[in-house]
Amino acid sequence: MKEYQSSTEYKPVIGFEIHIQLATKSKMFSPAPNNPDEKAPNTNIDEIVTGQPGTLPVANKEAIRLAAMVGLALNCEIDEFSKFDRKHYFYPDLPKGYQISQYDRPISKKGYLDIVVNGKTKRIRITRAHLEEDAGKNIHPEGLPYSLVDYNRAGCPLLEIVTEPDIESTEEGKVFLQELRNIVRYLGASDADMEKGTMRVEPNISVRKPGEKALPNYKVEVKNINSFKFAEAAINFEINRQTEILKEGKIPKQVTMGWNEKGGFTVEQRSKEEAHDYRYMPEPDLPVLQFTKSYLEDLKNKMPELPAQKRARFNEEYNLPEADIENLINWKELTYYFEEVVSEIDEWITQAPGLDRNQLIKNAANWCLQDFSALLNQNASKPQDARVTAENFAEMLMLIQQGKISTSAAKQVFKEMFEKGGEPDNIVKDLGLEQVSDESAISSVIDLVIANNVKAVADYKAGQEKSFGFLVGQAMKELKGKGNPQKINELLKEKLR
Amino acid sequence: MDEKKISSLELTKYFLARIKSVNKELNAFITISEEEALKQAKDADDFINSPGENPFLCGIPYAAKDLFCTKGVRTTAASKILDNYIPPFDSTVIKKIRDQKSVLLGKTNLDQFAHGSSGETSAFGPTKNPWDKTRMPGGSSSGSAAAVAAGLTPWAAATETGGSIRYPSSLCGITGWKPTYGRVSRYGVIAMGSSLDSPGAMAYCVEDIARLAEILAGQDEKDSTTGRVEVPAYSKNLSPNLKGVKIGIAEEYFLEGMNEDLKKRVEDALKQLENLGVKLVKVHVPVSAKFGSLVYAIVALSEISSNLARYDGIRYGHTANGTAKDLMEVYTRSRAEGFGDEAKRRIMTGTYVLSAGYYDAYYKKAQKVRRLIINEFADTFKNIDVLAAPTGPGVAQKLGHAADDPLFGYIVDQLNIPSSLAGLPALSVPCGFARPTDGDPFDSAQGRPERQSRDETPSMDGLPVGLQLIGPQWGEQKIFNVGYAYQQVTDWHRKHPNLA
Repeated sequence: MKEYQSSTEYKPVIGFEIHIQLATKSKMFSPAPNNPDEKAPNTNIDEIVTGQPGTLPVANKEAIRLAAMVGLALNCEIDEFSKFDRKHYFYPDLPKGYQISQYDRPISKKGYLDIVVNGKTKRIRITRAHLEEDAGKNIHPEGLPYSLVDYNRAGCPLLEIVTEPDIESTEEGKVFLQELRNIVRYLGASDADMEKGTMRVEPNISVRKPGEKALPNYKVEVKNINSFKFAEAAINFEINRQTEILKEGKIPKQVTMGWNEKGGFTVEQRSKEEAHDYRYMPEPDLPVLQFTKSYLEDLKNKMPELPAQKRARFNEEYNLPEADIENLINWKELTYYFEEVVSEIDEWITQAPGLDRNQLIKNAANWCLQDFSALLNQNASKPQDARVTAENFAEMLMLIQQGKISTSAAKQVFKEMFEKGGEPDNIVKDLGLEQVSDESAISSVIDLVIANNVKAVADYKAGQEKSFGFLVGQAMKELKGKGNPQKINELLKEKLR
Repeated sequence: MDEKKISSLELTKYFLARIKSVNKELNAFITISEEEALKQAKDADDFINSPGENPFLCGIPYAAKDLFCTKGVRTTAASKILDNYIPPFDSTVIKKIRDQKSVLLGKTNLDQFAHGSSGETSAFGPTKNPWDKTRMPGGSSSGSAAAVAAGLTPWAAATETGGSIRYPSSLCGITGWKPTYGRVSRYGVIAMGSSLDSPGAMAYCVEDIARLAEILAGQDEKDSTTGRVEVPAYSKNLSPNLKGVKIGIAEEYFLEGMNEDLKKRVEDALKQLENLGVKLVKVHVPVSAKFGSLVYAIVALSEISSNLARYDGIRYGHTANGTAKDLMEVYTRSRAEGFGDEAKRRIMTGTYVLSAGYYDAYYKKAQKVRRLIINEFADTFKNIDVLAAPTGPGVAQKLGHAADDPLFGYIVDQLNIPSSLAGLPALSVPCGFARPTDGDPFDSAQGRPERQSRDETPSMDGLPVGLQLIGPQWGEQKIFNVGYAYQQVTDWHRKHPNLA
């Protein structure tokens, strides 16, 4: 796939329209199950979903709560009153001939999300976030004279988030989308997975000359983007495409483009919208929603810690490098696991003071991001399902710090715990991995090695650094690999002074 | 049945036989569910014969307007577009009745999708008035009213959006109840005007209605517009003691050019109520009388155009899917072939009203005026208990009459529409007979009034007329009491047409 570098001559102006499929048990307006993983078509349906005559919608309380929570997390204004509206159009995947959505009184509006790009903080304004029901799926089997409709997705709760065109680079766009995704995941509102379709992104892209403040008089919407990578590629492609057109002195057509994955380009979609008049009408079957002050207060108080807050806390409390924090935050379940390990570490510290908390935590992060992640990915398993308990994870880190096992031995122990569970000290004993840290033991071995390797010692004293390593190796061999490397180094250095 | 003097099966067979012989002339039923009825009757008898209490409606046959979705029994809304539709679920009202172990005799005829006041827009042919088969029974609950009046069923479920229970009840000489909006669940009732539809009942007397109301009313979690208001023991609380009850009389409801006999019957009825201790109070409802029909036209038609969008030939009902050349044709042909003229008229008008640029001028404005109408009634009810008026401006008109006049419904329903807009409960009780004066403004759109000599004493000559009692929101008990008391001292409700 071609990689496009964005042009520097024109500056992009980007806004997003994002649909988040909320993770509720049942659909937005009916008790039919809400399960994006259902493969058998027309399974998660009932008479309300398929728009049978006489059926009525009933609003899903949990969806409303999640929507309000996301609104609060995005610093939005939540008016006391909000309502649903009918949006009319005809299409086979829309059972009632109208979609129940929100038009002029969305749940949330006028919010913002601060993102950090290249060290600088930038505020991206959120225009609004509203609730609506999803449509079903039309399937067009190739070469056949008919289409099929699957209503599994019809009626699922969607939160539509619209931003102002405040994004001015592909990088900003990426950071924004990642942060939004994290927020939604941390709130438990959705798994926000672009490949699964539980997070859908439609960028609106135009370009203008640098320094130009006014919004361009056109914009291009891009659909069919199924991953972050494709979002980046599509945005870059569009920036270039539009730049070329503007260079010729023309204005890009205001159309909807579809992203072609295989080809790596956007293609104009046949406009099925000829100036749609949706004839919005307040939904008479649903009462007005009222968000009382106490409801919103309660929601604020019960809100889980957001990524931005975690980031700040990890920075302050744990002193971890930025890259590590980012990588942790982007994997919610791993972050939670890591924090459990940290609290276990704190438990141990109260019982055995003298341990280096900072070092332990740094190790915890490293082990989480490297060995643990690798094993999880290899086995396609989740941190919360791991056989390694946080307690045992912490214990292992302690054994390392206390010098009871070497790092390489620990890797074995960890693998054992991951595959079969068990306690670290038992495993160490069973596998005979105890590290020799006892100074006198090491000392006598070093004396032996020095005695048996006169030439190497002389070489080292003459300036050959490599010989030191050789001697360390020999000592380790004597200790059957169980020597504490730091101690060996220390004592050897001393004795060779 | 409790005393085992008659079984449900016998009762059911009686009604089925009557339906079979009479329905051909009246066309009150679209579907006669004989097999189901006999099975339900047997089940009911088994239940009755087992020890324990029986629900009130156990074993009692009934009919339902073909707008109520009945699981496994064809439900058509009297339209070709649902000619073959068999619902996979029960409406809440039907489920409640089923739980009582009642017996469904069949689905009654109506104006197509409830669009009409004469019964003549049905795709299955018009229903005839049992009192005079050359005349209409009123609508849209035409079949339910005719069936009850003709003794084809002890009671029938019906719906009202803007007069559809009251008007046919008055033309057929029976008792009809339009509930407070939100008193009875709309779930499974094919929607016409979502903010107006009120599923209710038609029966022989107010006592029956009160019993039915107890069973049908109540909050439904499947219908978010039902009220969290307790259902009183309407029948137990029925009291014929009207001392001190204030009944409002609005001059706006005594229209110029109204059938004179009818006016007299209503005035007689009011006098009788006075004799029972009622105090008649003059009230004024100018805003609702003047703007009611206009607001209704805009609001109801908008909601109709929206609610009929789902009939697209894709998932159920009549479809052109097999022969259409593309998707657009599936839509246009399914709907053009399936919908009747009145439905099309209303869809077009409603769509126009909701379209971009017109929403504010029409729909939004109409809803604001609706609030004024609601307030006017609320104010009026501060000083009275019940509002009384003629149910309609005239007697049953000749069949074919309404077809010539697209404004027919608005004319005959103007006494009902305002209270419908305000979501108020209403009861129509028979209060006598009036001679038709075909030629005057309400009995016929054509011609000048022809005054005939009138007899002062009320007689059975003529066609049924009704007195309507409108109550405040949730005020069912008040109107039931007045109606009940009235029926203790009159016997109009016991008169039946002579049929085979």
